[in-house]
Amino acid sequence: MNEQLAFTIEVFANGLMAGVLYALVALGFVLIYKASGIFNYAQGVMALFAAMTLVGIQNGQVPFAHLINAIFGTDVHKFGWHVHSFLAILLTVGVMILLAWAVQRFVFRHLVGQEPIILFMATIGLAYFLEGVADLMWGSELKALDVCAAEGACLPQGMNMWLEGTTYEAFGYGFFIDNLDIVASIIAALLVAGLVMFAQYTKQGRAMRAVADDHQAALSVGVSLNFIWILVWSLAGFVALVAGIMWGAKSGVQFSLSLIALKALPVLMLGGFTSIPGAIVGGLIIGVGEKLFEFLIGAPFLGGATENWFAYMLALLFLVFRPQGLFGEKIIERV
Amino acid sequence: MFYREAGDFSTTYAEDQQTFPIKFDRYRYYLVLFVAIFIVPFVLNDYWVNSLMMPFLIYSIAALGLNILVGYCGQVSLGTGGFMAVGAYSCYKFMTGVDIWWGGELLFRLPEFNIFFAVIMGGVMTAFVGVLFGLPSLRIKGFYLAVATLAAQFFLVWLFNRVSWFYNYSASGQISAPERELFGVLITGPSTTPWAVYLFCLFFTIASAVIARNLTRGAAGRKWMAIRDMDIAAEIIGVNPLKAKLTAFMVSSFFIGISGALFFSVYLGAVEVGEAFGIQKSFLVLFMIIIGGLGSIFGSFAGAAFLVLLPVALKVVGVDWLGWPTDIVAHLQLVIVGLLIIVFLIAEPHGINQLWRVAKEKLRLWPFPH
Repeated sequence: MNEQLAFTIEVFANGLMAGVLYALVALGFVLIYKASGIFNYAQGVMALFAAMTLVGIQNGQVPFAHLINAIFGTDVHKFGWHVHSFLAILLTVGVMILLAWAVQRFVFRHLVGQEPIILFMATIGLAYFLEGVADLMWGSELKALDVCAAEGACLPQGMNMWLEGTTYEAFGYGFFIDNLDIVASIIAALLVAGLVMFAQYTKQGRAMRAVADDHQAALSVGVSLNFIWILVWSLAGFVALVAGIMWGAKSGVQFSLSLIALKALPVLMLGGFTSIPGAIVGGLIIGVGEKLFEFLIGAPFLGGATENWFAYMLALLFLVFRPQGLFGEKIIERV
Repeated sequence: MFYREAGDFSTTYAEDQQTFPIKFDRYRYYLVLFVAIFIVPFVLNDYWVNSLMMPFLIYSIAALGLNILVGYCGQVSLGTGGFMAVGAYSCYKFMTGVDIWWGGELLFRLPEFNIFFAVIMGGVMTAFVGVLFGLPSLRIKGFYLAVATLAAQFFLVWLFNRVSWFYNYSASGQISAPERELFGVLITGPSTTPWAVYLFCLFFTIASAVIARNLTRGAAGRKWMAIRDMDIAAEIIGVNPLKAKLTAFMVSSFFIGISGALFFSVYLGAVEVGEAFGIQKSFLVLFMIIIGGLGSIFGSFAGAAFLVLLPVALKVVGVDWLGWPTDIVAHLQLVIVGLLIIVFLIAEPHGINQLWRVAKEKLRLWPFPH
């Protein structure tokens, strides 16, 4: 098999895997946007916050240790215990649900009926707030994240040897794909399937879709808007946690994690703000597109690092021809 | 009582249509100008200029520019940092003489511009780039447009990082302003005097404010506001959306470019593009106009002053008085800024400007509120 072609296919496969992670973040956006019309810029910071909380709980850190030490002159850092991953994840989900409730109760309840742009600004404010709180709570240094079901059964690291071996025998060229990426793809697929099932077959899921469709009609048939919004923010928090675990295991828990939210924006634009399949397909297109572009054009001709802007440019060009995205609802304007 | 228009009679149209039709406002404005021009320069020291006055003046210009686009024309932009970078790099190129290469040979080199004109050229070039990135606004609206302007932000920063022509092939990849003078007084470089740089920035700030004020209350401004309030209706009554939106992008980018040029050449002196003009800068300026008040000139200044003062005040309180470590104060600052934005949006979505308006109304009636 042609070497160049094999390389390209490998880049393609890696792009798909990166795209899955983008799609995970984008999914959280879509959930909230559909149900409440809020464009949640804080989604990326929520992923960071969730990942940091998870690490903090796992390692038994004392929340706000630095602040407490600075104010009271004490010297506390750790409780000294180590929490099992499973329990830590459960606790983190609890924290995210609390957060969802607080956000709904203290911020967006007061902003009902405001213009979308005001809501968007509020989420930017929320992003700053959360980032500051996360740093104060758990410290801003780079942390390693590892989730283990039992001793020795952690999230896999490194490349997949089996895949490399088999492809080497079949094509004479071994493909290089991270184990973690494969696991991430499987989890993402499960998550999406779960979300779709939830939305289609449960009572709360149907209520959620009703709210997404028409707030007033949903209210008039007895759906509690408040509850649904908290539910949706909790779901988005859960998705953020999953995304945070995946990204965190890949490159450590640090501030740059919150920047993946920005990468999710072009994904959303491609797929349309209101479509769950759109988020997935958009994520895959962006992931593959930017890796292929970097490999074929960016690195050889443009001096590299084109991944920083390619997604946005692609989305920009795309929107000029199809302003509502791939799967978005057709924009109808009435005067 | 303190603030009244009683006894203010306009007998000509010119009087009626002036920027400050109320005498009290007018005198206040003259007083502020007088203090800013004739008193402040003599009492300034280095610390005040570098940590308060210059950032305030420069961010005011950027906030004015962004306010024209977002507040008056309703087109949300997250590309401010990128546009400021364009201003900074064009200013640098014009300061050091633009070299045009063709096929590996130096075709010609423009003479070095005076710093004043270099800053203006920074604005002009940014206006061009702004129009270019404003083109999609004709088809894309709302959030989609906001995200589309992110393309400008990331692409421009990448461009200035990668293409060495922009930083004159310097090894560090930074641009640093050479020493330049205006009327024999040093404006850029390490050995400037505080009053000179202050007056230089002040001139641009006042000029921008006057231009912005007169544009927004004229035909152009009314067209922008029509587009903002309802673009389809505006189109029906005969506002050309293409012209209105692109002029808004142009004027806005011009101001932002000027502020970027000043930010680099006069304020910082040396700039690394990703650090100085990153996405954070875009959000900072956006926050300024939200906190100050969308669609108001005074609001741009108030927002800029607020967000320039806040970190300084926090640092003084946290680090100098309480003796906390700087990183905790930095994190607290994030929390406080985030909280303030949310509180502002909930309590007063129209920003400081609206508070000021309410205060004026109260002052008019004081001490007899009925």
